[in-house]
Amino acid sequence: MNLIGHYNYLISIFLMMVGFFVVICRGNLIKKLIGLNIFSTSVFILYITMGKVAGGTAPIVVPGPGPHIYTNPLPHVLILTAIVVGVATTAVGLALTVRIKERYGTIEEDEIRLKDESL
Amino acid sequence: MNAHLPVLQVILPLLGAPLCMLTRSARLNWLITIAVSWSGFVISLLLAQQVWVNGPITYNMGGWVAPWGITYHIDALNAFVLIIVTMIAALVAPYARRSIQKEIDRHRQAVFYALLLLCQAGLLGIVITGDAFNMYVFLELSSLSSYALIAMGKRRRGLTAAFQYLIMGTIGATFILIGIGLLYNLTGTLNILDLAEQLNKHHLIATGNRTLITAFAFLTVGLSLKLALFPLHLWLPNAYSYAPSVVTIFLAATATKVAVYMLLRFCFTILGHGALFQMTLGKIILLPSLCAIFIGSIVAIFQYDIKRMLAYSSIAQIGYMTLGITMATPLGLTAGILHLFNHALMKGLLFMTMGAVIYRVDSVYLSDFRGLGKRMPWTMAAFVIGGLSLMGVPLTAGFISKWYLVKSALECGWWPVAGLILIGSLLAVIYVWRVVETAYFNPDHELEQRSCEAPLSLLLPMWILVIANIYFGINSDLPLSMAARAANLLLGVGV
Repeated sequence: MNLIGHYNYLISIFLMMVGFFVVICRGNLIKKLIGLNIFSTSVFILYITMGKVAGGTAPIVVPGPGPHIYTNPLPHVLILTAIVVGVATTAVGLALTVRIKERYGTIEEDEIRLKDESL
Repeated sequence: MNAHLPVLQVILPLLGAPLCMLTRSARLNWLITIAVSWSGFVISLLLAQQVWVNGPITYNMGGWVAPWGITYHIDALNAFVLIIVTMIAALVAPYARRSIQKEIDRHRQAVFYALLLLCQAGLLGIVITGDAFNMYVFLELSSLSSYALIAMGKRRRGLTAAFQYLIMGTIGATFILIGIGLLYNLTGTLNILDLAEQLNKHHLIATGNRTLITAFAFLTVGLSLKLALFPLHLWLPNAYSYAPSVVTIFLAATATKVAVYMLLRFCFTILGHGALFQMTLGKIILLPSLCAIFIGSIVAIFQYDIKRMLAYSSIAQIGYMTLGITMATPLGLTAGILHLFNHALMKGLLFMTMGAVIYRVDSVYLSDFRGLGKRMPWTMAAFVIGGLSLMGVPLTAGFISKWYLVKSALECGWWPVAGLILIGSLLAVIYVWRVVETAYFNPDHELEQRSCEAPLSLLLPMWILVIANIYFGINSDLPLSMAARAANLLLGVGV
């Protein structure tokens, strides 16, 4: 396998690291959530890439002779579940951010820390 | 009916949650929670009894058989962890009402009960399921509800604690997802028993397949985040100290235990009975475990918020569990698994006393404990007994697991480790003593208005745990034999 053959894997690892970097290095809570979303989306791509069979079609019954090669649909289904989980996580995260903004008046991590220390 | 017990274990709390949202009356919600938690406890006992007599139970969801459908598989290990989770849930439920009345706004109590039941459903689902991806979904279910529960604390720092936990927890869960995906990529199956079989059949373990190694690297890091192993523990102290008391009791006694259970499942059941684990991952986890015991205990000594102190002590105690696991000997694993049970007993008890103190005094700073020995005698006596159990004093539950841990460390020839376990216990003496000294021997606040003993509904669950701590310290046959059986099962010895 060459570099092009691993194209999807490389992209998903790149996205994973981008997302991870944003989560760690950005102090803004919304940006953190965006990073988290990129991070988990990269895993979705990883899963879907795993399911791909070279030359495979959609997993449906096609008239005509011969065994048809089809792409493994299970990872897609799994990822559908993971997407729902991701949406729920983002929703909880955003709701928390709104509440934090209400109570602290800011969503910057350093400012929140300062306000907590001044208590 | 008996045949459907495994699914009832999860589905009852899962149905109870929306029911709570529909009824909206705090009293009715509380009754629903009690009914669900107590029946859950009964079910887990029945299941354990069945497993004990007839061996592992397999329940096929919707009648789809093993490698294709989702199965619930219950053996000696899950049955034991199920008992731990449902037992704590059953004790927390009656405790919850008064504590919540004090700490949560009236109109949000229905949501609180619903989330508590959802969290319970998620944790029980993780433990009972025999499907790796299903485990991930239940993990997220329990985590999402626990983020929301933690954010319900009165102080605004609860919000930031919940957010921090959300970020770290999601990263951990995503790592677990990657690990499960790689395992699926290797074997084409998600069923845990089938995974183990496929890995064995294709000689992937013996040849040191690189995808397998990567998968376990992701799984171990993800699970360590979830179980708050030492360098990845940062979310835990904040989450435990700012959450409402009921949430702290429930999470401290169950959530990390369930993550430890997942670690055992992946590293032993899938990776083949521990020989490989001991050579690789076990060695890697050993150092963080020792650091957790030592640093967690030391940091706990310097805390003035007692709930936070107990949270750091939890980190140390998690170190004891993983330490037992890293030995991967029957005795070490038995000690680790037994400590899951005993730690749930003692931390549940200690956080319950904290809840009672918050109920009367409204704060758990060290200075607020002055004179509490006189004003809240039953609560503080419970705290002392929980503290003794935490130190590992003979005749308490904590002693049994520490004893086995030291014994197995000596059996492995790890003298320094055995020494460190004892030092950890001595450090526990120091931080527990600070509270006891303040409560019993320091003069009372002069300006403080008199607060009296906590209400009976808080004291009763607390004292049930006190009795359990003492009973299982004197007569430890029951949990010990269950833990030993689970350890043998994991190591593939006997049974």
